[in-house]
Amino acid sequence: MRIPVETFRLDNGLFVALSEDHTAPIVAVNLWYHVGSANEKTGRTGFAHLFEHMLFQGSAHVGSNEHFELIQRAGGTLNGSTWLERTNYFETVPSNELALALWLEADRMGELLPAMTQEKLDTQRDVVKNERRWSVDNQPYGTMLEKMQELVFPASHPFQHSLIGSMEDLSAASLDDVAQFFATYYTPDNAVLSIAGDFDPAVARALVSDYFGPIPRGKGKPPLPPMTLPPVFGERRREVVYDNVSLPRLFLAFRTPVFGSDDYYAASVAAAILGLRKGSRLQRTLVRERQVAADAGAFTFDLAKGSDLLVIDVTARPEVPIGQLEEEVEREIDLIYRDGVTEEEVERAIALIETDLVTSLQSAGERADRLSMFATYFGRPELINEQAQRYRAVTVQSVNKLIAERFGEANRASLIYVPREGVETESMLAAAAGAT
Amino acid sequence: MVTSLRPKPGPVRSYRFPEFIDQKLPNGIRLVIAPVPKLPVVTVLVIVDAGSTNDPVGKEGVAALTAGLLVEGTAQFNGAELAEKFERLGTSVESGADWDSAFAKITTLSDNLDEATTLLGRILSEPAFPEREVERLKAERLAEILQLETEPRGLADEKFSEFLYSPDSRYSRPDEGSAQSVSGLSRADVEQFYKARYRSGSTTVIIAGDITPDRARTLIGRVFQQWAPGSADDGKLIATARTRRKSVHIVNKQDAPQSELRVGHVGLPRKNPDFFPTLVMNAVLGGLFGSRINLNLREVHGYTYGASSFYDWRRGPGPFVVSTAVQSEVTAPALREIFHEIERIRTETISAEELSLARDYLDGVFPIRYETTAAIASALAAQAIYDLPSDYYDTYRQRIREVTAEAILDAAKAHLHPNELQTVVVGDASVIRDSIAELDIGDLQVHDS
Repeated sequence: MRIPVETFRLDNGLFVALSEDHTAPIVAVNLWYHVGSANEKTGRTGFAHLFEHMLFQGSAHVGSNEHFELIQRAGGTLNGSTWLERTNYFETVPSNELALALWLEADRMGELLPAMTQEKLDTQRDVVKNERRWSVDNQPYGTMLEKMQELVFPASHPFQHSLIGSMEDLSAASLDDVAQFFATYYTPDNAVLSIAGDFDPAVARALVSDYFGPIPRGKGKPPLPPMTLPPVFGERRREVVYDNVSLPRLFLAFRTPVFGSDDYYAASVAAAILGLRKGSRLQRTLVRERQVAADAGAFTFDLAKGSDLLVIDVTARPEVPIGQLEEEVEREIDLIYRDGVTEEEVERAIALIETDLVTSLQSAGERADRLSMFATYFGRPELINEQAQRYRAVTVQSVNKLIAERFGEANRASLIYVPREGVETESMLAAAAGAT
Repeated sequence: MVTSLRPKPGPVRSYRFPEFIDQKLPNGIRLVIAPVPKLPVVTVLVIVDAGSTNDPVGKEGVAALTAGLLVEGTAQFNGAELAEKFERLGTSVESGADWDSAFAKITTLSDNLDEATTLLGRILSEPAFPEREVERLKAERLAEILQLETEPRGLADEKFSEFLYSPDSRYSRPDEGSAQSVSGLSRADVEQFYKARYRSGSTTVIIAGDITPDRARTLIGRVFQQWAPGSADDGKLIATARTRRKSVHIVNKQDAPQSELRVGHVGLPRKNPDFFPTLVMNAVLGGLFGSRINLNLREVHGYTYGASSFYDWRRGPGPFVVSTAVQSEVTAPALREIFHEIERIRTETISAEELSLARDYLDGVFPIRYETTAAIASALAAQAIYDLPSDYYDTYRQRIREVTAEAILDAAKAHLHPNELQTVVVGDASVIRDSIAELDIGDLQVHDS
């Protein structure tokens, strides 16, 4: 299965990917800006994400919140999201409203600043602080992402600090920060625009160049500090968090090859073998057979620079103490590190991944998002059509090579959540372990 | 400079919900086929009239447990083998129960459809319910219940149901059962429930995607050959409110940085003559980003990351609820705004702009909802479960467009009851109690979580 892909670039550097599909009168517009929390300055954690909120507060010709209103009035859906390496904005609209979606994106890329006010920034700061309370502070295991970033990346690394940011840094963000960030990163030459679905390519090209063409190229962005990391941590890492949670939960991370590399696909298959669905190793052994885990999974972060992470996520059964859970998980990892995986396990994982790849491409929004992703990271949106093949090329040998290189003791970092009431038991366990 | 000229929409391109064939197989199973030849993907969704409202008193959770156990062993294969077989075909089967039905579902590449559907038929028609797996799934449910104690969103939802419905209503208890009811369930309960309810006359198979009607009929006819005949009894559902007087329940969570709020009352059954005006009314009130409640709480006041209202549509009258999480210090003012918005939409006719926003959104977004085979199958399932007319999806957009501002005012007056609103707050009582007590929103009780 292949989806059509054509590309062009405007003089101001905006890269555009188009993919036609006329099965329904729907079109998706998707913009990736190549900026994320990794680009934040010291003392401004959370700024990239706060800035994403500001992009819905109006621009030269669009009122506050009018972007949302105009798209919903047109019968469309929309949102934005921020990640370590990128920020994206997307709309899916009835195909006769393509021009509206493109114009709205162009207006905020071209002329955001005339609409910015201190009042809007203050309100969105409060909204984001409430987002932090809701998704991080008042949610069991909600601090997992920021604690994991701290545990696995060195202090000065761009991936080391919190994405949603600290309350303190959010309070410190100023309108001047907004203006600078906009001028530096929200430029056509730092963005990718994808359009997928029901449109006429000639019309789409004309609209894109009319709306985005007049926006000036940026002045370049400051380079990121060196991202490259050694392939392994070089030591065993372990952090225990006593928190307001009901059940102990273990996140075990390995450094793995960056997203898009050949070895990444082996790591992705290894994650699926370990934790994707009921037939996976950890589900079978820890949840079904030994019944020490209430749930188990594994995933990759899909980071395209520095190093990726493969993370195992296992929640204990109520009667199972964290010490036992850790032992059981480590035993599984030791086993796989010693003996590797089987041909059958690789086949199962690839079959599941392939079905997911195809079913996800049913949605125009997904297609557009993936085109933008491959264009932003690798300059090649057509990689969307090579994914199944890349996965099929993974062999039991390549997975076992990956495991041999990356699953050793010196490349394991455990982030462990323990119920606060369990503190006493845990410290007794630690004392007992220390005595031997 | 980007042009200041706002683009106008082009001519609307027509759209039709996928055509489908709805028929009874000779053995009594209802088969709905929607050929959608877009990608080589097919979804098969089986629904059985065996949802949680059918749980016998004291056996709450047996419907969910039974559905969950379908994939945990058949006469021929154990659970691990089943998972392996499905997954080697690149699919996995999901099964479960909600209030109104039990379901089992696969989405698969067309090449593997026959084999995967054959397995799906097996798990539905010859489940073994191994004792060991019964006990394991029960233990996993108990772990889930324990997790709720520290999960404010889920806890607020659960407490809201408990305080909303009378104790003899099935809706007042968690759909998957409480710690007490689940602990008491046995393999015999599961088997009995299965035998009573999993019957051909209570079963609908929906198949959507890359398949022809002939092939679908042959496949489903073969796979569901051995299926117990007859239909399950219609259960009797009690869904009365626990009280008609306003009241407030604070579920205390010391040091909580936010208060999870739920405000509402018993709503309406899914099948009711005012469905469309009520749906559009709720879109104006709290169903959209640009709705009154979200703009007020989030964009005007910055109290929250998001606020919404919805009718939880079920066969019986599910809840109407406003749901949000606000910074602890502003809990009382946020509640005041919520009550104010519910009152306001009942007293003033909404503006033409608000009406067109809600109507145009619901009308326009319709095709975007059905991009995937899974979404099409679940729309067809809703049609079967709620006994909606066969032209329901073909006339949906017309029905939305016909809703007037007057009809919305009537729906708000008839179906929003400010004097019966129940308020549940999961938050730090020491911070929020006094200011909430000053609001005129009913008697206040504080509970330990």
